[in-house]
Amino acid sequence: MRKNSTKLIILAVIAIICILLYGFYDIKGGFDYAFPRRMIRVAAMVVTGIAIAYSTVVFQTITHNRILTPSVMGLDSMYEVVQTLIYFFAGSMSVWVLNKYLNFGSAILAMVLFALVLYRFLFRADKHPIYLLLLIGMIIGTLLGSLVTFLQVLIDPVEYLSLQNRLFASFSNVKADLLYISIGILLIAFIYGYFLMDKLDVMSLGRENAMNLGVNYDRMVMKILILSSVLIATSTALVGPITFFGLIVANLSYQYLITYKHTTLILGASLIGIIALVGGQFLVEHIFELRTTLSVIINFVGGIYFIYLLLKESRAAG
Amino acid sequence: MIEIKGLTKRFGKKPVVEDVSVTIEPGTITSFIGPNGAGKSTLLSMVSRLLDADTGEVLLDKGNVKKWKSSEFAKRVSILKQANFINVRLTVRELVAFGRYPYSKGRLSTEDEKFVDQALGYMNLIEMQDKLLDELSGGQKQRAFIAMVIAQDTDYVLLDEPLNNLDMKHSVQIMKILRKLVDDLGKTVVIVLHDINFASVYSDRIVALKNGRLVKNGPTNEIINSDALREIYDMEIPIQEQNGCRICVYFNSHA
Repeated sequence: MRKNSTKLIILAVIAIICILLYGFYDIKGGFDYAFPRRMIRVAAMVVTGIAIAYSTVVFQTITHNRILTPSVMGLDSMYEVVQTLIYFFAGSMSVWVLNKYLNFGSAILAMVLFALVLYRFLFRADKHPIYLLLLIGMIIGTLLGSLVTFLQVLIDPVEYLSLQNRLFASFSNVKADLLYISIGILLIAFIYGYFLMDKLDVMSLGRENAMNLGVNYDRMVMKILILSSVLIATSTALVGPITFFGLIVANLSYQYLITYKHTTLILGASLIGIIALVGGQFLVEHIFELRTTLSVIINFVGGIYFIYLLLKESRAAG
Repeated sequence: MIEIKGLTKRFGKKPVVEDVSVTIEPGTITSFIGPNGAGKSTLLSMVSRLLDADTGEVLLDKGNVKKWKSSEFAKRVSILKQANFINVRLTVRELVAFGRYPYSKGRLSTEDEKFVDQALGYMNLIEMQDKLLDELSGGQKQRAFIAMVIAQDTDYVLLDEPLNNLDMKHSVQIMKILRKLVDDLGKTVVIVLHDINFASVYSDRIVALKNGRLVKNGPTNEIINSDALREIYDMEIPIQEQNGCRICVYFNSHA
């Protein structure tokens, strides 16, 4: 156990170095102008890193796999679907768009419902091979993506621009007001999740063993799906979808911190997430000089890592 | 006392367990036997609340098991199913310590540690307690899981084919341990067994199922005889007495 706490401290130190580097490196012009702007971006990256890491780890525990993530199953596409539907049917001047809480709330509600349906049909039986699930996830993602494109083509061009502005969130374009809501949601999720951690540890033994040990499994699954959807909705609203990010940070955390304890795993995955985002954005801005974007790099590296995991899994199965 | 009353379970239209009523006597080993697909595992799952029954009820101390609080039920009844696939990296000791979860909620007291040590000792796992589960053979893993339910220290221990994957030596070892749990600690063990001779030698009572229905239920010596076994297995099974144990010699029988 002491070894794991050392590892967590190492991760925390690297994360802090990344943040400091990003905050202070090569500030030209007015410090008072640049520094607060950088810090808002850092805050957004920290929130996103934690939200995605947290939701991916708990999602993978209840679905008993280490390859599928909420994003791979199309959960963050659902966010785009909801926003597009709102613009399509209600328009950019409707209360559904102007009232941030209503907008955010309806997106979360749709995502939770989507996650529940996915779980009911795909994971409940526990018997589908992982490749089938993956294929279904990809198909759902494509279907939702096509639906979004179809609706967007029909929308009034001016409305479309406004919608695009909402959907093309990125780290260079963080909305400060949304950031405060996100931090609030994250804090609530942390407090709520804190009381579920020991049950999650037991749930990694599988449904039957967890029920044997007195965990109300099905009710826990419901709670976790809601928690996971809320977190994904938060990060998607803040910076847009980053498909393979959760997969990378969760699996690196499992590999690095060999433990079953969710407090440790989630903390590790969150720190790795912060390092990847802040460190990555630093590289993008100062080494690549903004010739590429962070999500491109993450999806590139993540995609390769994803294939590696798939190959490893198939070798283990065969 | 566990009372099973008129339990029925259908998967689709096909009844897997049909109108089964059995009382599990406390302080005994009761074996569930019967051919493949007789509904033994399904029945065990319903008794332990892993599955909901379609009709009928299971009573633990006169209270319907569905009404029991999960955390309290886990202190009275434990269940171990056949397939235990785990993709987290756990040591044997960590797995066995999970057996204390109903009491400790994840924070082990010194008393919990004592139960864990005892369970590890019972199952001969002390030397390999710090090994990771995925480094173990199928039989060792099985013993680790049994140690977990022993650490859970429940009055009722339900085991679904625990001798799967085990060689003769470890099968005998486990049956002896279960006997000890009953004779020394006053536990009640309900076990699904495929090998009828283990049922004959180690159990006090036998419940026989066939096509989802109860066909025999009684003390072991009333069930282990050629007439009763013919009814259960549709097979002619000669019985030989060996040191006071009745052994079924079915290997070259005419089916």
